[in-house]
Amino acid sequence: MNAQDLSAFPMALQGDNVPMVSFKNVTKSYGSLVVLDALDLDVAEGEMVTIIGPSGSGKTTVLRMLMTLETINEGVIYVDGEPLTHMPNGNGLVPANRSHLRKMRSKIGMCFQHFNLFPHMTALENCMEGPVHVLGLSKKEARERSEELLALVGMAEKRDQHPSRLSGGQQQRVAIARAMAMRPKVMLFDEVTSALDPEVIGEVTNVIRKLVAEHNLTMLMVTHQMGFAKDISDRVCFFYGGRIEEQGTPDELFGNPRRERTQQFLSAVKEAV
Amino acid sequence: MSYLEFLGQYGDRILSGTLVTIVLTVLAAVLAVAIAVAAGLMRLSRNALIRGVATVYIEIFRGTSLLVQLYWIFFVLPLFGITLEKFTAGFVAVGMNLGAYGAELVRGAILSVPKGQWEAALALNMSPAKRMYRVILPQAVLIMLPPWGNLLIELLKGTALVSLIAVADLMFQVKQINGTTFLSAQSFGTALIIYYVLARFLLTPFMRWLERFMQRKLGRA
Repeated sequence: MNAQDLSAFPMALQGDNVPMVSFKNVTKSYGSLVVLDALDLDVAEGEMVTIIGPSGSGKTTVLRMLMTLETINEGVIYVDGEPLTHMPNGNGLVPANRSHLRKMRSKIGMCFQHFNLFPHMTALENCMEGPVHVLGLSKKEARERSEELLALVGMAEKRDQHPSRLSGGQQQRVAIARAMAMRPKVMLFDEVTSALDPEVIGEVTNVIRKLVAEHNLTMLMVTHQMGFAKDISDRVCFFYGGRIEEQGTPDELFGNPRRERTQQFLSAVKEAV
Repeated sequence: MSYLEFLGQYGDRILSGTLVTIVLTVLAAVLAVAIAVAAGLMRLSRNALIRGVATVYIEIFRGTSLLVQLYWIFFVLPLFGITLEKFTAGFVAVGMNLGAYGAELVRGAILSVPKGQWEAALALNMSPAKRMYRVILPQAVLIMLPPWGNLLIELLKGTALVSLIAVADLMFQVKQINGTTFLSAQSFGTALIIYYVLARFLLTPFMRWLERFMQRKLGRA
């Protein structure tokens, strides 16, 4: 990877309306395959942004880069005004080292398509793991925090069950509680309902609705549930070929899509339902 | 001489040899597990030097004969100033040899823990060491226990070689008995049965129990 010229990027974002998440000219490619092409995307604090698009359009990659599960090739990502992928060094930015990544990662939480609960821990232990072993909370504090969150997602009664005894919907709700227990500023939902049976999708989407209503979280969500996206989002981005083809409020994007590719995608999705 | 008379006369020696074999097996197994975990983790290191050390170790101990390794440790190392007592040389050789095989089991088991588990642990901002010890290894242990059962049976049988440096294990004792009585069928037949019983009725049930124990502990029972 050749070093890019980083002098054009500020060492920190300052001013009145600093976005919670900001992608600046971010490019991601695997060899000659460009997954994201010079992406610019700002997400304001407390905003719920949904990313939709056909598979291979780079939407999951956006979340994975934010969670630092993927590196980026060009550009800079800022979280809460500070660079995530880079860090200040002297007068400019250099690629982030491990300790900078660890510091920045604490602002972000993520839920996965396949839940990824730790199978050797109960629901409660899954939630307590991060607070105890990363944040350094006492067991008692971590337990209180986790029980509160498990109650929020409606899983208080199942707290002593291992994931193998829980349904997909229940596992995903525990996974949401586990991520929330770290008190992130930004929550990422990566197709959290895609692996679920249709009848339990509602229990997970209801939990996310609750989070939106009760917490001032910044959220990015990748989903195929168009109805849910329409209800809950402040803004919807339609990704195509590694770029944002079109974005707007749910009403604009679903009600009156301007671009042909958006229209095609939405009508194809409608037919599938 | 009937077989019962044979046992009456030589039972003590066979029993003492069996005990030596059991102790050798336990010590070699402990060493093998420790080496396997260390070398298995080293093989997964980002650092090429650490990886290289483990690879060379595994290549040498897996690629050459256990008997030759035993002779090296007992007869050649003293030339370099490292003298081990024969009993120690015996279990160290067996442990180091089987540890090299075990390292690949450890590595394979760690790699077969689903990638999502690493990602979830990273998303919780766990340090690399905590990811390994709190999330990955407990799951890897469950995956690698069945093949470890096989390896430990190999290890038990491998300890018979230490009789060649005159450690008084089961094999050594029956060889001595055969040497003085020429009752080959009785001597080696008894050894055969004892090795089988140790493997089949001690080691295997122990590993089964360990598997069930770990499964319960990891909530999979």
